[in-house]
Amino acid sequence: MHVPDGFLNLPTSAATAVVAAVGVGLAVRGARRELNERTAPLAGLVAAFIFATQMLNFPVAAGTSGHLLGGALAAILVGPWTATLCLTVVLIVQGFLFADGGITALGTNITLMALVGVWVGWGAFRLATKVLPKRLASIPVAGAIGGLLSVPTAALTFAALFAIGGTVPVPAETVAIAMGSVHLVIGIGEALITAAAISAVLAVRPDLVYGARGLTVTKPLQIKEGVLA
Amino acid sequence: MRQTSRWRRGFAWGVGLVVALFLAGVVSFYASSSPDGLEWVAGQTGFEEAAGEHAALGYSPLADYQFAGLEDARLSGGLAGVIGTLLVLAIGMGLMWVLARRTSKQV
Repeated sequence: MHVPDGFLNLPTSAATAVVAAVGVGLAVRGARRELNERTAPLAGLVAAFIFATQMLNFPVAAGTSGHLLGGALAAILVGPWTATLCLTVVLIVQGFLFADGGITALGTNITLMALVGVWVGWGAFRLATKVLPKRLASIPVAGAIGGLLSVPTAALTFAALFAIGGTVPVPAETVAIAMGSVHLVIGIGEALITAAAISAVLAVRPDLVYGARGLTVTKPLQIKEGVLA
Repeated sequence: MRQTSRWRRGFAWGVGLVVALFLAGVVSFYASSSPDGLEWVAGQTGFEEAAGEHAALGYSPLADYQFAGLEDARLSGGLAGVIGTLLVLAIGMGLMWVLARRTSKQV
């Protein structure tokens, strides 16, 4: 979904850059609350992992491909503010060194993937965990729902930006329908990968999954109380 | 107990890094080269041509996920992927560590 230079006009690109700057600024504050010396190395690894998986385009119907955006996955593993920073680091490196995502479009790409992708993914995950049974097994399912919804929402956000400031006059609903439908299919891939990755981490280190904290933290605390008594 | 936990954490982290490097360095060669969702939509609905030439193509040795000068596509793409993964890891770790440290000092 990396937007190249030239799709959106300069005022729209500048506006998304302001949105991105405010969002990342808030994320720096928020991430301080989420991070500690234990989770900081994990957050760095999550950023590297998302960079790696974003190279892996999987085929979707009709000669199209998609790759993991990773917003929901990162948010569930390290928290949404930290995830915003993880995706931002990935997008900056991709934009400046790998020619993936335009330079003037960097703000747009941060807005779409680091803000919309992460926060829609996290919001849907949180809602799903409230509805699903309070068990560890529910976490990957909720993650899949977060991943599934995050991709078409980011795609539709691009369609909305293109309707406002696209450089080519294409009917807004044409772009919206095409973007939404392709990315709904890509979202299925996102859902499967998100669920698989979260299941893998839960199997090894359930205590490191930010989105599962309420379900894992109580156990060691109870053991400590028992030792003291 | 603390030691064991720290050791296990480091081990899991190392496994995660090896997996990431393997994906970027080896598996990436087998990734689909079809246009991604946005490129496809741009082609279908007629705004593909609006995309400008990327500035990084002029200066970056890693542009388009290929290491400049290496002929072998598997080697070139794999090396670019490994460098990118390690670079994102270094920047990410540095940033997160600074933020985590400041938090710990404030508390």
